[in-house]
Amino acid sequence: MTTGTETAVTTQVYRVYIKATPEAIWDAITQPEWTERYGYGGRVEYDLRPGGAYRAFATDDMKRARAEMGGGPVPDVIVDGEVVESDPPRKLVQTWRMLMDPQTEAEGFTRLTYEIAETGPGVSKLTVTHDLEGAPRLALFVGGGMESDGAGGGWSEVFSDLKTLLETGRGMRE
Amino acid sequence: MTDDDRVFKALADPTRRFLLDRLFERDGRTLSELESGLDMTRFGVMKHLRVLEEAGIVVTRRSGREKLHFLNPVPIRLIHDRWIDKYRERQVSALADLKTELEEEMA
Repeated sequence: MTTGTETAVTTQVYRVYIKATPEAIWDAITQPEWTERYGYGGRVEYDLRPGGAYRAFATDDMKRARAEMGGGPVPDVIVDGEVVESDPPRKLVQTWRMLMDPQTEAEGFTRLTYEIAETGPGVSKLTVTHDLEGAPRLALFVGGGMESDGAGGGWSEVFSDLKTLLETGRGMRE
Repeated sequence: MTDDDRVFKALADPTRRFLLDRLFERDGRTLSELESGLDMTRFGVMKHLRVLEEAGIVVTRRSGREKLHFLNPVPIRLIHDRWIDKYRERQVSALADLKTELEEEMA
């Protein structure tokens, strides 16, 4: 992820095939009962209308981990944004800004697109495109480039865990 | 072939690993860009890219007239979660067992 002028350089694309219906995947992305079970485990709040608010909340584990590392307090809302387009269960476009770190907060809002397509009976393809123009720090974080610093594996870890949860009924930490 | 088989097969070739390394350096490249670092015909490079795409490690997106290639790390992450973590865990627990045994002997 080096700097460059082409817009393509700053886009990350993730794709995973999941043995689940598009509705199940949509729910797992948009409902807090699901989001607390995989990935970073934060509960989300979505107002699924264009212009509607999006928030993801810190978990107690995150707060504890940060305190143990001697870092500053973790804000209650760790990611915020706005819904741009909501077409359940096929497409969700939103803005996305991480508030856990002053640098990513300063980089501002990025654009995240979820696309869900059924590819066979009970099998769906989830494609996530994160447009990270002007957000190199966030690109490093969500790209998993800060995993050795304790920042987790980014989107690939999140979607790998999502697949595990939907297919086996248990997330990787459960 | 399972999904894992496709990923291992895709990775079992130096040219394809080279292409992945180039995408890791900078994502979203065109075929012409990817071709430039290789002493191979365009058709040959396309064939390798197709194997990577079938394994899901490369995802293409259209941007205007261009087809851009992106590295998709999720299939490799799944293998990491499924295989690497499992064996690392066993090593760690073997070390923990050894420590307990040694400590018991000393006591």
